Amino acid sequence: MSSTVKIKTLTIDDRQVGAREDQTILEVARENGIKIPTLCYLKGLSPYGGCRMCIVEVAGSNKLLPSCMTAVEEGMVVSTQTEKIKKYRKSLLELYFSERNHVCSVCATNGYCELQSMAQKVEMTHVHFPYMYPHLEVDATHERFVLDHNRCIACTRCVRVCDEIEGAHTLDIKDRGINVRIITDLDQPWGESDTCTQCGKCVHVCPTGALIERGKSVGEMSKRKQLLPYLTKMREAHK
Amino acid sequence: MTPEDFKKIGDTHRKKREAFPYVINVCTAAACVSLQSEKVKDELTSQVKEQGKKDVCRVSGTGCLGLCASGPLVTVNNEQALYGGVKPEDASDIVKNIEKKPIKRLEIPADMPFFARQTKIALEHCGKTDPEVIGDYLAMEGYEALYNCLTTMEPVEVIDMMVKSGLRGRGGGGYPVGLKWSTVHKAVGAKKYVICNADEGDPGAFMDRSMLESDPHSIIEGMAIAGYAVGASHGYVYIRGEYPLAIKRLKAAIRQAERQGFLGKNICETPFSFDIEIRLGAGAFVCGEETALIASIEGRRGTPRPRPPYPAQFGLWGHPTLINNVETFANISPIVRKGADYYASIGTERSKGTKVFALAGSIVNTGLIEVPMGITLRDIVFDIGGGILGGRKFKAVQTGGPSGGCIPDEYLDMKVDYESLAQVGSIMGSGGMIVMDETSCMVDVAKYFMDFCQSESCGKCAPCRVGTAQMYNLLNMISQGKATMHDMELLEELCDVVKNTSLCGLGQTAANPVLSTIRFFRDEYLAHINDKKCPAGVCTIEHKEVAVS
Repeated sequence: MSSTVKIKTLTIDDRQVGAREDQTILEVARENGIKIPTLCYLKGLSPYGGCRMCIVEVAGSNKLLPSCMTAVEEGMVVSTQTEKIKKYRKSLLELYFSERNHVCSVCATNGYCELQSMAQKVEMTHVHFPYMYPHLEVDATHERFVLDHNRCIACTRCVRVCDEIEGAHTLDIKDRGINVRIITDLDQPWGESDTCTQCGKCVHVCPTGALIERGKSVGEMSKRKQLLPYLTKMREAHK
Repeated sequence: MTPEDFKKIGDTHRKKREAFPYVINVCTAAACVSLQSEKVKDELTSQVKEQGKKDVCRVSGTGCLGLCASGPLVTVNNEQALYGGVKPEDASDIVKNIEKKPIKRLEIPADMPFFARQTKIALEHCGKTDPEVIGDYLAMEGYEALYNCLTTMEPVEVIDMMVKSGLRGRGGGGYPVGLKWSTVHKAVGAKKYVICNADEGDPGAFMDRSMLESDPHSIIEGMAIAGYAVGASHGYVYIRGEYPLAIKRLKAAIRQAERQGFLGKNICETPFSFDIEIRLGAGAFVCGEETALIASIEGRRGTPRPRPPYPAQFGLWGHPTLINNVETFANISPIVRKGADYYASIGTERSKGTKVFALAGSIVNTGLIEVPMGITLRDIVFDIGGGILGGRKFKAVQTGGPSGGCIPDEYLDMKVDYESLAQVGSIMGSGGMIVMDETSCMVDVAKYFMDFCQSESCGKCAPCRVGTAQMYNLLNMISQGKATMHDMELLEELCDVVKNTSLCGLGQTAANPVLSTIRFFRDEYLAHINDKKCPAGVCTIEHKEVAVS
């Protein structure tokens, strides 16, 4: 942080808070104990702005803004928990559940899943949109990990960690719309990938059971949440 | 280059053009080319030779003449007569009669409202010049605006002119051009870029394609002026790969402009340098969204990112970037030449100037038109457009493509400008206008556009990715007569969620075709759901008898 960085003051949920000008609303909110739900955001990775769970209302803007990618401004008035936003977050989460086959009872990450705990957080009781029940593949060709497209929410945390932290860029995304899929290399089976370093970072940043370690059964796949903060901290220290 | 030198260039070309007392122009824009206008042109050229009129009659290709419904189009003697539906066999007659009265059999009356009611500014050269010859453009005051800007005006004066003209972005959003230019001008950055968005993707829209095919130099000139005004020295044209003819002509035009010194280093012997590169789109509709377009130019996956920061501040490779649409750039040099006041004198209070529309669908005069803002929809559809095909009854006009809405007959007398269209739940959009008659089913129309949106969604944000797919499924059920009123409620709820939570314009406006058809044609939805009937007879309703035993 250079000494030329300016400090801004703003209001989040009726609380006056101070922030560095290079911070986002989400960062400042979290520093001050204001909870904003997120799915694609992960500290240590570049922000993506895709999951839309972190949307907030900013006075003077007619659009809902993603707090993970909106920079703070002097005098900004932010509301993170209005009834309108809560309603949208619940609908969004229901859309996630309706998109693919998120069946917790047979999932390795049952009990450790961020999508599951998010449902509890936003008080989702049921999904009132029709389930789409797609027939999706499971890539179990890798000797250590499994990629189950049925559980994927396309948050791209795995793609970003593979590219930005590990530097391998094995994972990427193909196709568009409802057909987006996480792929390895040039859409080859993961087991045949030349670039995968088998580091497993993708597995541990994945919020759901889409990426798991081979051999884990229902409710056995807990994720090492400390991995990424530890890595980023060590890297900062060695800069 | 002194003003005299510059004037000489134009004069030379004008003299060259005027050396022939008789001229035959053949439309060579895509619509007429698809009707074999090139063959017509070849035949005319050989007939001129055969009949020994080589020294008095010039045959040349020209840009879009507008009335695509009657192609291939040919004009003779500087639009003294316009011929439609010309076949190669007609060539000998046309050449024979070149000194005489027009041939009645082929003639299209020039005083028909289609031509008489238009005001051509962005399309001023379309149909008058050969798009493949820079000399034709120079003969029509081409590059004069650029020369004058560079030699007599400060960048802020150019921007001021745009502010005064009241020109608003013609890509659809209608953001004031002067304001955008001045933001990029003021943005701090060692490098700045100008991008021309030619990724025209709305179904039924062909304004940008026609302009690039008919008058590529006016877009190049507009971009160079913009570059001078905002302080950029590099430009990109992001154009759809599906427009081969437009790409070919634009490429040729850029080469010609470079050779003549209107692009490149020290343009017109001033310190200003500007070059233009072409980037081809690979067919993704979302790449028309400015941040996705920038990602695509940078070589990344074409997905949008949240704004702010806007490209004016943080654009291509992080540099301040000006993005305008083809039609916006086509308006620049006429404004500089004719003055901001002239432009501002046309149109309505808040929407100045003219707008190019592509008329398509169930309308007699399919084609490209340019009309003053504030004209009524009725005038466009029934006067200029010549009414509905086959004498059928008008039902709705769809503006703004998949982001727009359907406007029913009770709003036909509404003035066409940015605000009025927004008020009835549609948008100006880039200028596509699809006219529908009583044989169109509005549920089917909504379903068509939702199918478009769901297959063109990039998949980055959940509401657009899942929401549009869910909406499409619901619309599909409604159209098949399988839906209940509960599905209708779900559909309306999804419209609200997708509209308010999506990341970019594609998702935020994807619900518009559904919302506007529900608003104006709710009874059609109800007929599908409750009576299991499609009033227009378009949808196939599945009859299912449930037997109770």
